[in-house]
Amino acid sequence: MEEAIIGGLQGLINGFVHLDWRSIVMIFVGLLLLWLGIKKDCEPLLLVPIGFGCILVNIPLSDVMEHEGFLRTIYDMGVSNELFPLLIFIGIGAMTDFGPLLSNPSTFLLGAAGQFGIFLTLALALGLGFPKLDAVAIGIIGACDGPTAIYVTSRYAPHLLGAVSVAAYSYMSLVPVIQPPIIRILTTDKERNTIMGTMTGQVSKTTKLLFPLVITVIGGSIAPKGLPLLGTIMLGNLMRESGVVSRLTKASENEIANVVTLFLGLSIGATMAGEAFLKPQTLLILCLGLLAICLDTVCGIMLGKVLRLLSGGKINPLIGAAGISAFPMAARVAQKEGQKYNKKNYLLMHAMGANAGGQVGSVIAAAVMLSVLHGMGII
Amino acid sequence: MDNWTFGITMMVCGMGGTLLTLFIMSLVMSLLRRLFPYKKMEG
Repeated sequence: MEEAIIGGLQGLINGFVHLDWRSIVMIFVGLLLLWLGIKKDCEPLLLVPIGFGCILVNIPLSDVMEHEGFLRTIYDMGVSNELFPLLIFIGIGAMTDFGPLLSNPSTFLLGAAGQFGIFLTLALALGLGFPKLDAVAIGIIGACDGPTAIYVTSRYAPHLLGAVSVAAYSYMSLVPVIQPPIIRILTTDKERNTIMGTMTGQVSKTTKLLFPLVITVIGGSIAPKGLPLLGTIMLGNLMRESGVVSRLTKASENEIANVVTLFLGLSIGATMAGEAFLKPQTLLILCLGLLAICLDTVCGIMLGKVLRLLSGGKINPLIGAAGISAFPMAARVAQKEGQKYNKKNYLLMHAMGANAGGQVGSVIAAAVMLSVLHGMGII
Repeated sequence: MDNWTFGITMMVCGMGGTLLTLFIMSLVMSLLRRLFPYKKMEG
């Protein structure tokens, strides 16, 4: 009888007995993510479930990530097989108006330059001694696109999923802090003062309908390994533009995206167990991720400068900074910085075009990367 | 494959491939805009 009671009481304190320093640190990391999401409004839809998942998985003996644990079940259901990021992409496609991009298709190029940080960071990660596929996952933080980063990392470097996802979503929300200093350093007063005027080019419904189909066929043919990414975002956009499946469109951008976001966030948090996360390489990954987004911004602005030269001074290079995928934060940064120097400068719609180009660009960059890896026999 | 070759290949093919793909897409979309211009009735 006594033994049974002592055993029962031991069962109640076992959690505390097994609490090691890594679990405690990670519980505080989880709290930090919750604080960022709740108090600082940094990507709360993701950081709140990630932070809570992080706390859950670091409470000893809970077995939530063991075989048949509820977080393991969610993880296996949609992260290990890359389903969740793809479902999110359908929602993103359904939410995004590519009209500003189609009004000025040359802004596709800014969306390409805004992805160069991926490849530069990949090379740097290799130089720092990361294995090839780990370097790919680190570089993809530069896509500045959470679902793309999760898709690539969960497939090719799942042990880095926690660090890469936290970096991707945190830096996305920090774009308004990261970009302005880089913009000021790289552009002159004269360039920032360039007035682009109002965007006049309207786009026909036929063009808007053909856009997702053309992009899927061309992009999928060039980089078939990334077709799931490209196909899902374009499916969402086709549903939106067709206007005939509004129930599916609304479900994709609301119910499906919301449920999947919750599951995705919890699953990512669940990968942040202390023994896997608390390593020097995590800090290095966070630094490289930040560098990737800085390099994206630099490359976007530099291509903006080139386009300004080619167009005889008609393009404001600030919109180049919006060529990353963080939508619509990057476009707002370009607009805000432009207005700081000239109140009559309305760059928003031009920047939105570059930003939408960045969304397509990040998916294309990932698709190209996967196809090149496949071509080299790495995957 | 050594890391140097891998890194350079990824940079050249990755950046080049991304730029080329989006350039092709911009050309095709420009062409489609001309083929199917916006008509005021649509507004």
